[in-house]
Amino acid sequence: MYLHNKLENKVNFFRKIRNLDLILLICIFLVGLISLATMYSTDGGQILFHTKSHFYKFIIFTIMMFFISFLNIRFWFSIGYLSYLLIVAMLIWTIHFGITASGSQRWIDLYFINIQPSELMKIVIILCLAKFFHRKRLEKVNSFYSVIISLIIIFLPMSLVIIQPDLGTSLLISISGIVVLWFAGLNHKYFFYSFLISLLSLPFVISFLKPYQKIRVLTFLNPDRDPLGAGYQIIQSKIAVGSGGIFGKGFLKGTQSYLEFLPEKHTDFIFTLFSEEFGFVGSVFLLLIYAIMIYRIIKIGTISRSYFAKLFCYSFGTSMFVYIIINMSMVLGLLPIVGSPLPIMSYGGSSMLATMIGFGIVMSAKIHSEQSIA
Amino acid sequence: MINQSDNVVKLNSINRRMFILATAKVIILGGIVSRLFFLQIKENKKYLTLSDKNRIREWKLPPVRGDFHDFFGNVIAGNFEAYQLHLIPEQVENFRYTINRIKNILDLTDKQFEKILKKQKEIKPWETLIVADNLNWENFSKINNNLYDLNGVKPIISISRSYPFKENYTHILGYVSQANENDILSNETIKEKFVQGLKVGKIGLEKSFENDLIGSNSIERYEVNAYGRRISQLAYQQGDRGKTIKLTVDTEIQKLVNELLNDKAGSICVMDIFTGHIIAMHSAPTFDPNKFVFGISQDDWQLIRNNPMKPLVNKTLSGNYSPGSTIKPIVALSALENDIVSTSFAVNCKGHKHPLELYGQTYHCWKKEGHGSVSMREAMKQSCDTYFYEISRRLGVDKLSVTAKKFGLGKKVFGELFYNEKNGLIPNTQWKKNALGTNWLLGETIITGIGQGFIQTTPIQLCLMTAQIANGGHKIYPQIVLNDNKQVKEDKFISLIKNSKHIKFVQEAMFSSTNEIRGTSYRSRIDDPKYQFAGKTGTAQVKRITEIDRELDLKTSEIAYEERDHALYVAFGPYKNPRYAISILIEHGGSGGSVAAPLAKVLFKKIIDRHEIRKNYETKKYLDI
Repeated sequence: MYLHNKLENKVNFFRKIRNLDLILLICIFLVGLISLATMYSTDGGQILFHTKSHFYKFIIFTIMMFFISFLNIRFWFSIGYLSYLLIVAMLIWTIHFGITASGSQRWIDLYFINIQPSELMKIVIILCLAKFFHRKRLEKVNSFYSVIISLIIIFLPMSLVIIQPDLGTSLLISISGIVVLWFAGLNHKYFFYSFLISLLSLPFVISFLKPYQKIRVLTFLNPDRDPLGAGYQIIQSKIAVGSGGIFGKGFLKGTQSYLEFLPEKHTDFIFTLFSEEFGFVGSVFLLLIYAIMIYRIIKIGTISRSYFAKLFCYSFGTSMFVYIIINMSMVLGLLPIVGSPLPIMSYGGSSMLATMIGFGIVMSAKIHSEQSIA
Repeated sequence: MINQSDNVVKLNSINRRMFILATAKVIILGGIVSRLFFLQIKENKKYLTLSDKNRIREWKLPPVRGDFHDFFGNVIAGNFEAYQLHLIPEQVENFRYTINRIKNILDLTDKQFEKILKKQKEIKPWETLIVADNLNWENFSKINNNLYDLNGVKPIISISRSYPFKENYTHILGYVSQANENDILSNETIKEKFVQGLKVGKIGLEKSFENDLIGSNSIERYEVNAYGRRISQLAYQQGDRGKTIKLTVDTEIQKLVNELLNDKAGSICVMDIFTGHIIAMHSAPTFDPNKFVFGISQDDWQLIRNNPMKPLVNKTLSGNYSPGSTIKPIVALSALENDIVSTSFAVNCKGHKHPLELYGQTYHCWKKEGHGSVSMREAMKQSCDTYFYEISRRLGVDKLSVTAKKFGLGKKVFGELFYNEKNGLIPNTQWKKNALGTNWLLGETIITGIGQGFIQTTPIQLCLMTAQIANGGHKIYPQIVLNDNKQVKEDKFISLIKNSKHIKFVQEAMFSSTNEIRGTSYRSRIDDPKYQFAGKTGTAQVKRITEIDRELDLKTSEIAYEERDHALYVAFGPYKNPRYAISILIEHGGSGGSVAAPLAKVLFKKIIDRHEIRKNYETKKYLDI
């Protein structure tokens, strides 16, 4: 049967192309285009390093996404654990031989490219857990054994990322993991109780935070506490977004970013710049594209026959949503500042690579939606 | 193998949970959109302002100060273009090299050089460093010739205060200098318009009219980045030049007055007896106010400060002196007005051997041999002290003080116009009781009658007094600023006396003092009726004359400078048709007749010669309208 399918796959290469999800593709290209334009603006209206680099990455990773799409969803199922272990190994490698930048050791040098394994972990953890729960019977999901194993799967990379230290990414990894647990059918009360416990233990957790992280939390609660120091980013970001108005200041006319009031405008705060230049209308438009994107991902999940594909699509879609919401809330002053990039928009190869792999697998699920996994 | 029914259950579960999450997602997305709405639409104005505040910064430039003009429209305090050298450290490739190169070109001393380096450390690298604030043309062109080698150095032409008549107007105008903390705290206008390098009036009219003169700042609006660096200029708003203040002073006379007082300490003022215009007003010694504009050097400052003749004091306004015999016209007038004596009343002055004795105190006339029997006219002419002892004894100090105050003694002539004007002092019994707590003594009345004792006046008060005697006893308000309407008073020209015969008599007596033989200033007379003037000398003692002094009878040059008498002279002219009054004071000069009065002779010639020109200028002005 497998062989038969393989033959059929080869024959139906063009059908595969036809089966690509066009709406999702358009959304990806649109966001890519917007992000390139915004990047061009961060470079001060010139094609400089960031714009070029972002452009190349976007092209390369999009091509890669097509390749991934054409691979059978089964392949991804089969390498679920393996890829997880590989990334964990890379994380351990990072701890010992990683490249240090701005106070944390996040990157490893692969000679031709510097990669951030923690970003890849965001996607791989979904893959791994989805495979884990694929074969589990529903009543077995809540068994002690499976809960413990899945928790280990989550905690292992999380702790490896935390010691880098990179609180933001480790939180995002754990959220991705927890999302899978939720869809897998873990009892509601576990979520309820763990939420309660984490809330209660929050003060203790805060006492373990690094001083700069504590300041971030305090600053979030009151940005005017130290307007030129820790509160600077959040205040300037709010000023930039707020001054945008309905239609924005116009492309390349964002004074806040152009005059360098905005920190990290290439990466975490890219939405601020976009929002300043394109205003409420532009921001809602971008949100709409993201919403359609997520809707399509989930839609693909619903039409997938295999439980694995469904679980992956739902979880990936939801994780994407969480990443976007966390980034925007942070930029709009609704959450404390944790390093979390905006998918595709933010400058950063690893993040884009992970996102594109995710899209690739979703596409693959679409193309092979009829495929069931034994 | 997976159970089919289990699969269905699993799919149901995952879809149900997806539905729950999808609902949550829609709600959260709504939350984000509403946050965007709140920030970008509802609070847009607030953040737009904050953003503009972030990016736009204004730079105030020093305002252009208003001028002072004399009566004929000559600029007596104006602005000139100062050649300055500015440098922005950041724009200079090699600061050390450049600054050393400048040092060589300008021949700076090590001290000046270190000052510049110190200044450079205090400012931010993109702020302007003023290397030199007033270069001469030679150095300025040298810099311009070497500009190829001085990257980032900017030769600038900047506007600065200048006093073309230098020391002539110092005491009227004062001077400007760098505003200090005190100036900013005490004047709201200065505080509002302050910029680095702003120069404000420190004294004199420059200080009094600060708010009119200062003008308004030009404003440059720049877009700046997060580090405060200027990115582009958005707007330039031209400020207004300060108001021009016109004075009543005649520069020609002012210059002459300055020459007359050369090498002396003293004061001269000249006043129009009808309009109250100050024609000239000077205090000597003086100094060049231009030196203060860019900060006076330590050496120059010490020279001015330590001069025993006190150039920093405006003697015309803040010098309290005993009026000496110049008070006698007022004493005589007061006696006549109060019907104490008639003009024919005579006293026998017997000289130093038979002085007036009162309660064991003796009161001498200045003339050793005595004047013999003198009437009032004769006593004024020869300035007989004994006569005035007698009539002031009869008059009493209270009545005298009323008349003296009426004629402007003992109170500020210009009101609040000058910060440094003093009141002087016209004593009476009540004053002594309040101020000193003791009763008035008759002996004190007697010496007040010859302008000694407690009585103190400023030279400008004496000038006003003389002017009001000369105009027939009418009240006038002295005025130094021409277009200052605040000074118009209602009681202008009211009569200060009961009987005009009395004032006529006093005028005549003063005429005799200058123009008749044995008059105290007879030697300084002018016979030509066009220039003929009438006056009264005065010699104010600085210390009490003891018996020993009287016997020694030393010449002025033999007495220590600090103990010499002040020489005074008040006069008005031309006698036939009076128009101008003057007062002259020479500190420690000796007797009024020999030192002060001769200056009046030169002065009146000039004043009356200038009168035609002044009158024509005034009428011409009216014709222009």
